[in-house]
Amino acid sequence: MPKHKMKRMSTIVDMTAMTDVSFLLLTFFMLATKFKPPENVTVVTPSSISDTKIAETDIMQIIVDAEGRVFFEMDGQPIKKELISKINDDQKLGLTEAQMNKFAIGPAIGVPFNELSSYLNLPLGDEKTFKSPGIPTDTTLTDSNQLFKWVAYGRIVNPKARIVIKGDQDASYPNINKVISTLANDKIKGYKFNLVTSLEASTKKKEE
Amino acid sequence: MSTRVDLTPMVDLAFLLITFFMLTTTMSKPQTMEINMPVKPGPNDPKPPEVEASRVLTLILGKDNQIWYYEGLDAPELKNTDIKGIRQVILDKKAKVEAMPQFGKDKTVVIIKPTDESIYKNMVDILDEMAINDIKIYAMVPVTPQELALLKTGNKQAEQQNK
Repeated sequence: MPKHKMKRMSTIVDMTAMTDVSFLLLTFFMLATKFKPPENVTVVTPSSISDTKIAETDIMQIIVDAEGRVFFEMDGQPIKKELISKINDDQKLGLTEAQMNKFAIGPAIGVPFNELSSYLNLPLGDEKTFKSPGIPTDTTLTDSNQLFKWVAYGRIVNPKARIVIKGDQDASYPNINKVISTLANDKIKGYKFNLVTSLEASTKKKEE
Repeated sequence: MSTRVDLTPMVDLAFLLITFFMLTTTMSKPQTMEINMPVKPGPNDPKPPEVEASRVLTLILGKDNQIWYYEGLDAPELKNTDIKGIRQVILDKKAKVEAMPQFGKDKTVVIIKPTDESIYKNMVDILDEMAINDIKIYAMVPVTPQELALLKTGNKQAEQQNK
């Protein structure tokens, strides 16, 4: 029989340090991020070498997906609330307070005015599965060009808002051109706007 | 009785919460980039005033990522390339214009004409090329019917060559 037996050591690890680390990480994520608004349209933007970052607030976003559907979005819940009440008054849609609140917290809007009421009646979360037809955008500035109305009221509600176009790289040029020509109008003065792109490494040769 | 509490479930919970926040939130400064595109059509004169044809390069964005180009304001015939080849074309034109004594630096003008068959990516790639090659004067205008007709014959020739 061996004189010295191996002492039985405990295999239990003290987990206090691990919990400290995990709660620190958790606190970081809780404070440094904010909830993403539910996206109802996926867009793959083209790439460019431009690295100017997009502004965080005061933007008016016009989204064009690969099929050419046009969506409109603004940031800031009070701004969206004001926007929808102005649209409600102008178009006499008869939206209820609850519907307008739903608009203010919801994602980008992509339905014509006459379908807005039924769209806002959808239960929360159904908005993703609902196939929005897109906002009508004609090249002629008649009443059928609803994008013009959205942008015009967006300008009134937030004069500082920058117009940003987020287009899918496979969107056909005529659809993009419709949006651009809608903006080129003295009433909304959308001559200057930005295009959202993803970052691409610069292949420019450095000049000696 | 030992007073030591086993903390393993607590750690599991904490990691679940972290995963939830990681997936449902975004970092506050999104990394999206943007091109600045100041476009001034409308009541202002759309044609650049009195540009000499010798310093103009015209690019027509066709379908399937093809780019047709010619020098000057009016096309006798079209040559075509794609987005990779167009950079050399632009640089060549730029070098030519800079060598001309009456022009010099920053005088090259590029006219971009997207057709209805091109996609948004073509437009952004060309605008990107403007920035990469430091072309300061460029404009986007509609395609003319003569160019569309030339394009049709050009497409037929290209198809026959490929056969």
